[in-house]
Amino acid sequence: MSPIISVTNLSKVYGSGFRALNNINLDIRRGEIFALLGPNGAGKTTLISIICGIANPSEGSVSVNGHDIIRSYRPARAMIGLVPQELHTDSFETVWATVSFSRGLFGKPKNPAHIEKVLKDLSLWEKKDSKIITLSGGMKRRVMIAKALSHEPQILFLDEPTAGVDVELRKGMWEVVRTLRDAGVTIILTTHYIEEAEEMADRIGVINKGEIILVEDKAKLMSKLGRKQLKLHLAHKIDAIPPALAPYHLVLSESGTELIYDYDTAGERTGITSLLGDLRNAGIRFSDLETSQSSLEDIFVSLVRTP
Amino acid sequence: MNYRAIRAIYLFEMARTWRTLLQSIVSPVVSTSLYFVVFGAAIGSRITEVEGVSYGTFIVPGLVMLSVLTQSIANASFGIYFPKFVGTIYEILSAPISYFEIIVGYVGAAATKSIILGLIILATAGLFVPLHINHPIWMLTFLVLTAVTFSLFGFIIGIWADGFEKLQMIPMLVVTPLTFLGGSFYSVNMLPPAWHTIALLNPVVYLISGFRWSFSEIADVSVGLSLGMTLGFLTICMATVWWIFRTGYRLKN
Repeated sequence: MSPIISVTNLSKVYGSGFRALNNINLDIRRGEIFALLGPNGAGKTTLISIICGIANPSEGSVSVNGHDIIRSYRPARAMIGLVPQELHTDSFETVWATVSFSRGLFGKPKNPAHIEKVLKDLSLWEKKDSKIITLSGGMKRRVMIAKALSHEPQILFLDEPTAGVDVELRKGMWEVVRTLRDAGVTIILTTHYIEEAEEMADRIGVINKGEIILVEDKAKLMSKLGRKQLKLHLAHKIDAIPPALAPYHLVLSESGTELIYDYDTAGERTGITSLLGDLRNAGIRFSDLETSQSSLEDIFVSLVRTP
Repeated sequence: MNYRAIRAIYLFEMARTWRTLLQSIVSPVVSTSLYFVVFGAAIGSRITEVEGVSYGTFIVPGLVMLSVLTQSIANASFGIYFPKFVGTIYEILSAPISYFEIIVGYVGAAATKSIILGLIILATAGLFVPLHINHPIWMLTFLVLTAVTFSLFGFIIGIWADGFEKLQMIPMLVVTPLTFLGGSFYSVNMLPPAWHTIALLNPVVYLISGFRWSFSEIADVSVGLSLGMTLGFLTICMATVWWIFRTGYRLKN
């Protein structure tokens, strides 16, 4: 199936000469949740702004469902709902008015039933007649999501959707996002919360200094870069690893009381059972053990770390 | 054409007008009434007729124009500056609408508001001085043309401004002096010859002259020239707006 968004050789140079994006190539698949990870200033928001028509590209092109975003901006933009990072809301309008305004702006006929459903899904129905200025930050964030959903977009951009949102509300938003995905909406989200990408995304892209440095299925990424580690706390200090255990490539901690074993979670045999047997044969006893898995966060940090 | 988007922007802007009814409509009416009390009744009673009409009647077109000019600029510049300032402009820029539609929405609402205001002021003036409009169609034509032109001008200022000071600067330092010196309160023919020549460089002279002609057939310059200059200024504003959107000036960079 053709990608729903296709970014080709896209670059953005700001008036100051700052190169925010450098030759980006990226395809977003239909119906997926794509998480774009990157440190501050990596170019995430610039990329989204260009796709949505808020900033002009310097070089390259973007097509949305086959429509070039410059030449055929109407069909391209009509498909997209955008929730920007900053809380940009009106102040004196009511929730109902501002969400209805968004729908009109995108050229859709009035549909109070749809607006009602969106507001109810986002737990904003009770606040529909309140002025936006009276709402809390979390509610304003949801109003912005409601505005983006008011015109029934096929693609939803969420730029840091859960920044400054409490845990319970964040879970609620994830639920909304999943429901949308189930309804066939393609979702692109940027986030600082790696657990969010880990929890939600089908694929993950990492952007750093204006360049896409990696795009991978989440599961593949986790297994490709994901190592597991077994740490054994020894009952008695040892000075060296017995030669019989050499095939396991164990690491002995400096204190001599911990043995560390790295293994691949993707492999069929982890080697743990035989390791434990060989340890007993070598007369090494341990008092405790723990395993740990490298998280997406570790992977991410190792990718963007400046060498 | 995305008519629904134009409608949405237009109604959104008009809703802002009704919400701020006091400062939008009431305060210009009050200040205009004060002008009539001072210039029309108090001082005007000691001034002889100007070109055959009483001074109070003479200043009516100028006062209406004064309000229409300043309100058009204020409405339109604020209308587009505010979304830029609070960031809600993102939604306008990301919507499937053309620049033309954005302008029709914003400038249309600003012009509507100042036309309504102009008519209210005219009605208020009728309470103070006798009014006779010789050419009502021309009167409305000049009113609409001026409201649209200066709303466009305000739109440009609103996009150019990157702070509230700049938003106030052009109306305060340029438009108000031009309006006062443009013959709101006198005929430019009353000026000494040198100043008369300078006054003819002021575009507002042509607007007020044409507008006043539609009331009493008194004009500083010919009506054709007035109309031509107004249309000329409208064209300049449209070209500037076209350039702004083509380059994304202060909007997309």
